[in-house]
Amino acid sequence: MRSKLSNLQLRKKFDSKEAVAAFVFLAPWLIGILVFTLWPFLESVIMSFQKTNLRTSSFIGLNNYIHLLHDRKFIKSILVTLKYVIISVPLKLAFALFIAMLLKDNIKGVGIFRSALYLPSLIGASVAIAAMWTQLFGYSGLINNVLNIFGIRGKPWISSPDTALYVLIVLAVWQFGSSMVIFISGLKNIPTSLYEAARVDGASKFQSFFKITLPMLSPIILFNFVLQTINSFQVFTQAFIITKGGPMNETLFTVLHIYNTAFTRLEMGYASAMSWTLLFIIAIFTGLIFLSAKHWVYYESE
Amino acid sequence: MKNRKLYFKYIFLILFTIFMLYPMFWLFFSSVKPNNEIFTGIRLIPKGTWQWENYINGWSALPQHTFGTFFKNSFFVVILVVIGTIFSTTMAGYAFARLNFPFKKILFAILLGTLMLPQQVLMIPRYVLFSRFGWINSYLPLVVPAIAAQFAGGFFIYLMVQFIRGIPREIDEAARIDGCGYFAIFWYVILPNTKPAIFSVGLFAFMWSWNDFLNQLLYINDVGKFTVPLGLRLFLDNTAAVSWGSLFAMSLLALLPSITLFFFAQRYFVEGIATTGVKG
Repeated sequence: MRSKLSNLQLRKKFDSKEAVAAFVFLAPWLIGILVFTLWPFLESVIMSFQKTNLRTSSFIGLNNYIHLLHDRKFIKSILVTLKYVIISVPLKLAFALFIAMLLKDNIKGVGIFRSALYLPSLIGASVAIAAMWTQLFGYSGLINNVLNIFGIRGKPWISSPDTALYVLIVLAVWQFGSSMVIFISGLKNIPTSLYEAARVDGASKFQSFFKITLPMLSPIILFNFVLQTINSFQVFTQAFIITKGGPMNETLFTVLHIYNTAFTRLEMGYASAMSWTLLFIIAIFTGLIFLSAKHWVYYESE
Repeated sequence: MKNRKLYFKYIFLILFTIFMLYPMFWLFFSSVKPNNEIFTGIRLIPKGTWQWENYINGWSALPQHTFGTFFKNSFFVVILVVIGTIFSTTMAGYAFARLNFPFKKILFAILLGTLMLPQQVLMIPRYVLFSRFGWINSYLPLVVPAIAAQFAGGFFIYLMVQFIRGIPREIDEAARIDGCGYFAIFWYVILPNTKPAIFSVGLFAFMWSWNDFLNQLLYINDVGKFTVPLGLRLFLDNTAAVSWGSLFAMSLLALLPSITLFFFAQRYFVEGIATTGVKG
């Protein structure tokens, strides 16, 4: 009786034909999310409590995580990644916003500038660009040749422990284009009447930027901030090709270290624990950004 | 006064754009220079004759396999990824945007969750899964997840949902009154009206899988099966005694499909990224 009733209720709420059709349309994604995402996700939790390579595995409880706390190389990799994220993300966003301000109005030829500056963000993570970057910053590369003209003696940027990370940070900032495009579309959505009202009230350009543009754009800034932070934490290709994690582990990003541990040393359980620790750190950072949003993100409806 | 301001703005933008793209020009001109010229001085244009033979030498610089093989492999993988992604994400997008079904809210929340999920956590367990399937050293780990909407699927489905929601519902209703079922509506009404979104999804899928390195590095071992990024990396590692011009030539060729596609379809990239804010 009860099940019949709930069946009836279900039928009232959902047209069964429609529901069947919906699940047919969703089938590829549903299978995909179960087999290729949720299941591996769970398996990776289990693996992080195991000592395991591809052939054998044994349960060792929290040992991987306890070991991580004393693993100097891992801690170094986390610190290096944090430094990279903390420096590159704000720089990239500041650049993106500055250029977006210049390119928001439809002046002649603006499309060319937008496209040209957007391009690096599409190809920047490729091996080809990494190969180019390696030579650009090499000892006799373009950067040092330019410095030579000004009488400055260059240095081997990539093989010096104090500069290698910055070579990668510059490469990250070079890819500010996608954030820029998002900022431009956000800036276009700010009603011009606001600026006009401010001008009538005698506000300077400077004031209207801080009192109108920034608050109105703040949801977009939050979005870009979160997106870029999550992406930057997962940097891999550039370090793998350009610096190979060196010199002296100064660019040993966590994902690169995880890759080496899992696929070179075949310590997959230990590497899974690293993955989860990194995920946890990313979650904390993202959470902190969202928490801070209360104080600086402005929503119109409020 | 206003004119002068605009004038300065243009000068700044032109100089800045040249500055930002200078590495690309440098890459191109270096690809037609001999070794000793690339790394001396700042002269951009080659002094002597342009060494186009760098391209020919680079193409067959690696033993056994030319870059022709790598390009063929890359195109094979990327085209399957693009088709699979379009197939699975338009279907899921239609279901989420238009149909009513049980667990819709939960499933949509899961979809949004995968948008934010750092993919690095899946690297090891997916490798274990695919090696259990016996898929290592084949293109299956690159292609099958795309057919199942797991290659940046969250982003693409979200983009499709946003777009389909913008199509007036009246068109669906009219088709339904004319006796169309859900599949007919999808095929004859939704698909033709989502062409711009399908284009954006296809282009981004192309770019990302063409330039994807980590997955290809993980799953492809045979040089004969190498894609362009893997071939390039092999070239880079063996290049100690080889001509840098040839390496740059091959790097440029590797970038060419992305750059060409971008210049022909900029609108779709910029619109796609502006509607969902996908990563670049």
